[in-house]
Amino acid sequence: MNEFSTWDILRNLGFGALWTIGLSLTAFVLGGSAGLLLLTARMSKKVWLQRAARAYIEFFQGTPLLMQLFMVFFGIALLGVDVPPWLAAALGLTLFSSAYLAEIWRGCVEAIPKGQWEASASLAMTWLEQMRHVILPQALRIAVAPTVGFSVQIVKGTAVTSIIGFAELTKTGSMLANATFQPFMVFGFVALGYFILCYPLSHFAAHLERKFHAPAH
Amino acid sequence: MAYSFDFTAVAQYHTQLAVGVGYTLMLTALGAVLGVTLGTLGAVVRAWRIRPFAQLFGLYVELIRNTPFIVQLFFIFFGLPALGLRLGEWQAAIIAVVINLGAYSTEIIRAGIQAIPRGQIEAAGSLAMTRTQIFRHVVLQPALQKVWPALSSQIVIVMLGTSVCSQIAAEELTFAANFIQSRNFRAFETYIVVALIYLALSVGVRALLNQIGQRFVVKRRPA
Repeated sequence: MNEFSTWDILRNLGFGALWTIGLSLTAFVLGGSAGLLLLTARMSKKVWLQRAARAYIEFFQGTPLLMQLFMVFFGIALLGVDVPPWLAAALGLTLFSSAYLAEIWRGCVEAIPKGQWEASASLAMTWLEQMRHVILPQALRIAVAPTVGFSVQIVKGTAVTSIIGFAELTKTGSMLANATFQPFMVFGFVALGYFILCYPLSHFAAHLERKFHAPAH
Repeated sequence: MAYSFDFTAVAQYHTQLAVGVGYTLMLTALGAVLGVTLGTLGAVVRAWRIRPFAQLFGLYVELIRNTPFIVQLFFIFFGLPALGLRLGEWQAAIIAVVINLGAYSTEIIRAGIQAIPRGQIEAAGSLAMTRTQIFRHVVLQPALQKVWPALSSQIVIVMLGTSVCSQIAAEELTFAANFIQSRNFRAFETYIVVALIYLALSVGVRALLNQIGQRFVVKRRPA
């Protein structure tokens, strides 16, 4: 009855893990780009833009990722378009990541002393020039560690997309557990898969944190 | 073909929503109390390097923080019965929440304990305070005070995370949402309403934790 060998289970989980990696990278790149736009809006001098960005961030940080995925999934379906799970997953995770990344990066930009803004303003730099040449190069240095740290949250977040039917690592695991009646082994392997993906990232983030927090000279 | 929104189709299920909110809050509250207790224990063991528990807690923290909550939940609910440990959906959900929050709060509280200057503990010793007194008043209380905002955020994150407990049929708020949208066929409206309820819960729980922090963690000092 049981045609799945341990090797079959591992091979299938491997395929699932590839989708997890693909989705994580997509969400990180798109979420990062959207997060940068959001950061600009959040720090803009136009009050309505600032408020809109704040409301967006508040909403996506204050609601479960699962609800966001459901809203994207059923929201697009309202337009009469058939939504493939991968699209809803990618879009949902992008929205989710952009809110967190924008907030993380805002903290980094605000950590730059006010004097830097004033000095660059006195050199007649425009806001964009100040950002490009003075603020961002310094803020980026502080931002690296928490950004890598957040990538772990993205990888773990992809597991929730299994619920809307995206066949990544967790969904593959659920299907295999049902097919093989060996949930202990299958979910053990699934957990191990995430650990292998996330542990190096966590470790790297902690390493960067120590490196950048050390005195400069 | 324009879609017309109908939120009354959600409003008529207010009883289910209220019950869902109740269960979500209960799961969060129980998980927070037990999870932070476990985290405090782990933090002390880790900060004072009590062997062999320090290494065990270290392993536990890394395992939990580098795997998704939903996988932990599935492992406990679907995987553990293979070892003869059969759990109900609520037992599994609570255990998963406690184990998850325990790992994060171990690290958060440990950071607080390690930030206590050695001199303060020595000073307390020179005032003839007992070990228990030193631990309570000089180590734990200031440490919790320092990390309370981080701990509060983590509790809110865990509360939002409990929405995946609907997948093992624990009847919390997301389970209610799934039930309602299967009845009224108004999925989008239902999930918007429930998302807004979660948003209100996050704001409320954060405010409540702030209050608790001010009342119990930050003790008023004589002027």
